[in-house]
Amino acid sequence: MPLLEQVKHTILAANGLQTQDIDRVMATLLSVPVDAADIYFQSSHFESWSLEGGIVKEGSHSIEHGAGVRVVSGDKTGFAYSDRIELPILLEAANNVKAIVKHGQNVQHKIATPQNWPQLYQPLNPLKSLADQDKIDLLKRVDTATRKLDSRIEEVMVSLVAAYDNLLIANQDGSLVADVRPLVRMNVSVIMVENGRREQGSMGGGSRSDYSYFLENDRAFEYGREAVRQAQVNLQAEAAPAGNMTVVLGPGWPGILLHEAIGHGLEGDFNRKGTSAFSGRVGERVASDLCTVVDDGTLAGRRGSLSIDDEGTPTQNTVLIEKGILKGYMQDKLNARLMGVNPTGNGRRESYAHLPMPRMTNTYMLPGESEPEEIIRSVKKGLYARNFGGGQVDITSGKFVFSASEAYLIEDGKITRPVKGATLIGNGPDVLTKVSMVGNDLQLDSGVGTCGKDGQSVPVGVGQPTLKIDGLTVGGTNI
Amino acid sequence: MNGKSDFNLAKLLLNREFPVQNQAEINRLKTVVQQLLDEAKHQGASAAEAAFSVDNGLSVSARLGEVETVEFHCDQGIGVTVYFGQQKGTASTNDVSPESLKETVQAACSIARYASADEYAGLPDPSQLATEFPDLDLNHPWGVDAEQAIALAIECENAARGYDAAISNSEGASVSSHQGTRVFGNSLGFLQGYQSSRHSISCSVLAGSGDAMQRDYWYSVARNAANLQSAQAVGEKAAQRTLARLNARSLSTRQCPVLFAPEMASGLIGALIGAISGGSLYRKSSFLLDSLNTQVLPDFVRIHEQPLLIGALGSSSYDGEGVATQTRDIVSEGILRGYVLSTYSAKKLGMQSTGNAGGVHNLTVETGSNDFTAMLKLMNTGLLVTELMGQGVNRVTGDYSRGASGFWVENGVIQYPVEEITIAGNLKTMLRNIVAIGNDVDLRGNIRTGSILVEQMAIAGE
Repeated sequence: MPLLEQVKHTILAANGLQTQDIDRVMATLLSVPVDAADIYFQSSHFESWSLEGGIVKEGSHSIEHGAGVRVVSGDKTGFAYSDRIELPILLEAANNVKAIVKHGQNVQHKIATPQNWPQLYQPLNPLKSLADQDKIDLLKRVDTATRKLDSRIEEVMVSLVAAYDNLLIANQDGSLVADVRPLVRMNVSVIMVENGRREQGSMGGGSRSDYSYFLENDRAFEYGREAVRQAQVNLQAEAAPAGNMTVVLGPGWPGILLHEAIGHGLEGDFNRKGTSAFSGRVGERVASDLCTVVDDGTLAGRRGSLSIDDEGTPTQNTVLIEKGILKGYMQDKLNARLMGVNPTGNGRRESYAHLPMPRMTNTYMLPGESEPEEIIRSVKKGLYARNFGGGQVDITSGKFVFSASEAYLIEDGKITRPVKGATLIGNGPDVLTKVSMVGNDLQLDSGVGTCGKDGQSVPVGVGQPTLKIDGLTVGGTNI
Repeated sequence: MNGKSDFNLAKLLLNREFPVQNQAEINRLKTVVQQLLDEAKHQGASAAEAAFSVDNGLSVSARLGEVETVEFHCDQGIGVTVYFGQQKGTASTNDVSPESLKETVQAACSIARYASADEYAGLPDPSQLATEFPDLDLNHPWGVDAEQAIALAIECENAARGYDAAISNSEGASVSSHQGTRVFGNSLGFLQGYQSSRHSISCSVLAGSGDAMQRDYWYSVARNAANLQSAQAVGEKAAQRTLARLNARSLSTRQCPVLFAPEMASGLIGALIGAISGGSLYRKSSFLLDSLNTQVLPDFVRIHEQPLLIGALGSSSYDGEGVATQTRDIVSEGILRGYVLSTYSAKKLGMQSTGNAGGVHNLTVETGSNDFTAMLKLMNTGLLVTELMGQGVNRVTGDYSRGASGFWVENGVIQYPVEEITIAGNLKTMLRNIVAIGNDVDLRGNIRTGSILVEQMAIAGE
């Protein structure tokens, strides 16, 4: 497998290590009865370039590498990491972490390690996909083109970032798997002023590919146009309404609803511990029968996709909710074993210095049958939310929020006036039971999502068709 | 709340003697930072700054009476910024081998060569660099080992679970202890370092079941483990907070006064600081543009920076660029007296750095004479907010809309817990309409404030 050889060269050979050295560390970890053990080697390169005030005044570059050593016994985990990939240090780490094992079960849960899986992205280094001068030219061209769109533009900020991640995962069954993950992202934001009123607009995108992604289909310039359009809308926006009302969510990025309202609550760790509002509810109705929601890590090139997760499990398309019925949870190896199910390829970690846990990949709702126009037409009075900022959820109470950055009133079946961004709040286990129409216009987001959990950030995707929710609390000021 | 009477256990664990500052370790890092600066000069940079930090730690968690995770932390990183005239480049790595140092400087130089000349880029004015480095008593290694930390976490969680039969489940308790060394230098000859420690204990438990399940948490953090609240106190407080949330309901949509509990009030002050920070100001993405020397808060409000507080979490005699920090009023009599500036943002605004590269230092909101109970009485009828959710704060316009939970208060007395509501307003008016600030100060962060009562906000609910 050339990919494996390439990564072994990048990570092991570069640090003077050989495959036998991994065996020695693993032997130390397995000298006590453990359920699972792994060593996670990582080497990553990252760069960012940013433009503001018309000039590319800043760039940064960083290289990080290291290894994390983990043993698991029952529900107990010992973990140590080091930024020095050296045998004596790894052996010391292994000795430290195995102390967690007091009374081992001596049951090696053998999960067959898959040999083959589809590569969902090219093992390329995006930092080198464009000459530095061309990166700068791209930022400047986007700045110039964006500024021409509207005389009210006061400031344009453009950023370009790329990451190149090499991973090698050694598991207790002797398997060694590798992944090379490229990731690029671009963002344009504008500030516009009219009569002393100041508003912003922002748009970005990205994928697991290289910088050429932004040159295809005029994407980089489209981000600029979209940012300007949003700022223009915001300049017209009035105070948002306050209270409970019918809400229509646009397609694509508003799928952050699914991520917050149900996604986190369906992560295996919370459900094993019984701390999620969805705990013990597999087989129950948690959404209207129009709703089928999946977490799919297998979409080629998408920001949330992974060929294998950070425990070496190939990702999959996991049905979370099928026609309104809760089907299952997202699992890493530890929680899958303790719950007696299979891992679903959702074991993710921010880096070698963090423990893996169940995380989402690309979470979206499958399309329904309604025309988006028909959905709007069906609403006498309500809110149409087209774009969102971030969101948050309380796993236990199920309460979630997400904040609109572009929204309009719906009056008598028509989208009328833009209103200021407002936070929407609801209850995860019942918000989807109020979905009364699902559009036929499924869209995935443009590739900008980052999810935080327990202080760890990972890239994710979301998506949905246009959705009508019969009653969600809108946190405006207009009472 | 501050557990002064019951830190015996923490004290018992202070069983090892440590030098307060390990000068050899600081010197080791200084040598590397000097090498980075020399290498930058060697590669043609006209100016440079560099930093090296090392952090070691232990964190453990226990759940349902048994250890759950034991993590050994060991992080280090170097960063270098180079200038070629007015062109700037930055690079960082966690590999501190001599070869890597050279490559990192090269990476920074390469970026600087491509970056555009920026007339405002450059090192601080030498006259602003710190020259006095008092011992701020920031380093108190705990010496707790994994076994002891686990025992403490279990004790903490037991205190929570045993507090009341209604505590039904647990997310566990954790104990962590970190100690680090930081060195910063620049090509103007500044080269300084210090060591610091940070320890914490936290607990999160659940009550109720099914749709009525609630969870809350509590934590204590300090540079010196002797100043941590006891495991018992943290656990009990977590349990009390969780129990108080049971049977929460929504509110009808309305306008009413809002009392931000201290740990939420610091977020409000944080939004103010964000709006008067150099980056937001020169980008004109602030709702407080051109507000220097104008009234931004009621005239009884004073907000000041205390960078030299002994042993505090935000103390430092110099900022991220080596500029001397300032003991100063940012707001007095409600009037904005100064911005929060780094060298770059200050130059962009035609001003001088305020020693805030990297943020503020022990930002302190002067309190009144009201304790928490008096603040509830003062509000009389309204919403006490103890948790906020989401990022619904627009720094450009000041528009504010966030998910909230807390308690409904009538006649100065808490009536029942509330959830699934939002509170909304505009920060500019919210800040101007602050009625009172309590003396129930939360000392666990870099922003020290008591509870804050805002005259009126829009509440959206069922």
